[in-house]
Formats: sequence, structure tokens, C-alpha cells
Amino acid sequence: MTCSDFLKELTDYLDDSMDAQTRAELEDHLQWCHNCYVVCNTTKMTIEIYRDSHLYELPDDLRTRLRTAIVSKCECHKSQASDPRGQGDSPTK
Amino acid sequence: MGTIQPKVEAASDELTLVHAAKAGDISAFEELVKRYDRNIFRIAQHITQNREDAEDVVQDAFLKAYQNLANFQEQSKFYTWLVRIAVNEALMRLRRRRPERMVSLDEDIKTEEDSMPREVADWSPNPEQLYNQGELKEILGKTIQGLPPSFRTVFVLRDVEGLSTEETADALDLSIPAVKSRLLRARLQLRERLSKYFKNRTGGDGKQ
Repeated sequence: MTCSDFLKELTDYLDDSMDAQTRAELEDHLQWCHNCYVVCNTTKMTIEIYRDSHLYELPDDLRTRLRTAIVSKCECHKSQASDPRGQGDSPTK
Repeated sequence: MGTIQPKVEAASDELTLVHAAKAGDISAFEELVKRYDRNIFRIAQHITQNREDAEDVVQDAFLKAYQNLANFQEQSKFYTWLVRIAVNEALMRLRRRRPERMVSLDEDIKTEEDSMPREVADWSPNPEQLYNQGELKEILGKTIQGLPPSFRTVFVLRDVEGLSTEETADALDLSIPAVKSRLLRARLQLRERLSKYFKNRTGGDGKQ
């Protein structure tokens, strides 16, 4: 197995979605190829660090504001849909 | 064994909410909003890289989902269906903001070199020991911003939100090999860029 072969299989290896024989071949390659070992290890860390980073968390105040807006738009849509004459939105005017 | 039961219960509970919402119960729909608003915001912000756009995507995606509930056939999970709507909204906003650039999920940049590892130093000590939370978030945000939208979309769905390859393919209308190819390249490119910050520095010229 070459380093290039290893790289092609890296995603399936990290996701643990491969047969036992291919997995064993990759692990054998990792035993002696330091570069692939480092690439594999740091790619795994990349995934973990993003997964655990809490990047782009939705703040509570914004969350409440967005939910209120969504519910009110849904109510408006519902009242319009239930009034075939299109007068459902008149109370909000 | 024990982990399967709650998942099954959550799924049937979700379908109950979907059915109630389809029948016009807005409070049931609000429960679905509460369940997924954080995920949709995170996905939207990863794709658009813009806070205002992400807020709009959350509102528009949920409203569209509500308006089109009757068309939800329940062949996939509600969440996957919702993600599909949100990704389309987010990409639409990105296109509006960057009309000069084609933004498409089909975009497949044909350079193999972009994913070939060049930096092969291990990361030590752990990035968490090297940077505080604020610094780390800034590095991660800046780094993912540099990826093509099609790559960061696949990465956020698979690796941040934990969708399966099949669910990601379904949500993005891509083939499974296309998802795997983009995911590999996204992971390798992020790794390469992060290595500049996190690699083992032996000469004492590390973090300033």
C-alpha cells in the first residue's frame, strides 16, 4: 500500500466504515509510515476540535427572538391559508 | 442495546409532532423549532459566514418547512428534510452576497494538490493547551471560512452535526462518492491549514 492509497481510504478509515481486511492493511501501513500516521492523527484531531468547539452557538436572547418571529410568521401563514378570501391578515394590520 | 430505545422513542415522538403540526398545531411545530434551531443556525453560519444571513436562514428555513409540511413524505427524517431546506436557503444568500462567484454544491474543484498533505508535523501540545477558548474559536472560524462552500457544507453536516454519509447525500442531493470525496478534501485542507497554528514547535518559536 502506498501513501496515496492510504489517503484515498482515510475518510472510510476514520469513519470506521470498511471491511476488516482493508482496515488491517491500513493499520499495517501506519506501523511503519510516520507521515501517514501524523496525517491520520491530526485529521482525527481536526474533526474532534471542530465537533467540540461550540463554534457559532446560538445565544439565548437571539434564540428567543428568532423563535418568536418564526411562530408569528407561521400563525400569519395559517390564518391566510384558512381564509380563502385572503382577509386572514387583516387583524395584524 | 440501551442506546437504541431512546432513538426510536425520539423518532416516533418527532413524527407525532410532525403530524400534529401538519394538522395545524403551531405549538407542535414550535417544539420542532426548539429541537433544531441551534443546529440550523450553526449550519447556516458555517455556510454563509455571515451572522445576519444565518439569522435570516433560520427564520426562512423554518417558515418554508411549515408552509410545505404537507409535501414532507416522511421517507427521510424531518431533520434531514429541514437541513435540505436550510442549506438551499443558505447557498442562495451566499450567491446573493457573492454574485461574482458561482456558488454551487456541484462545485468540485479539480485540484488534487489542494488536499495533498505538506505539513506533517504532529500537534503537540494539544491545541487546547496552546490557545484559550476565544483564540481557538477565532482560528477555527478563520480556517473554515477559507474552504470552498461545497466543502464546508459537507464538513459541517458530517463532522459537526453528525449526519451519516447517506443522510448528507440525501440532504444535499449528492451521490455518496461525491460526499466522501468532498469530505476527505475538506478534512485534509482544514488539517493542513490548522497545522500552521498547532504544529509541534521545537525551537521555542511557538505561540507569541
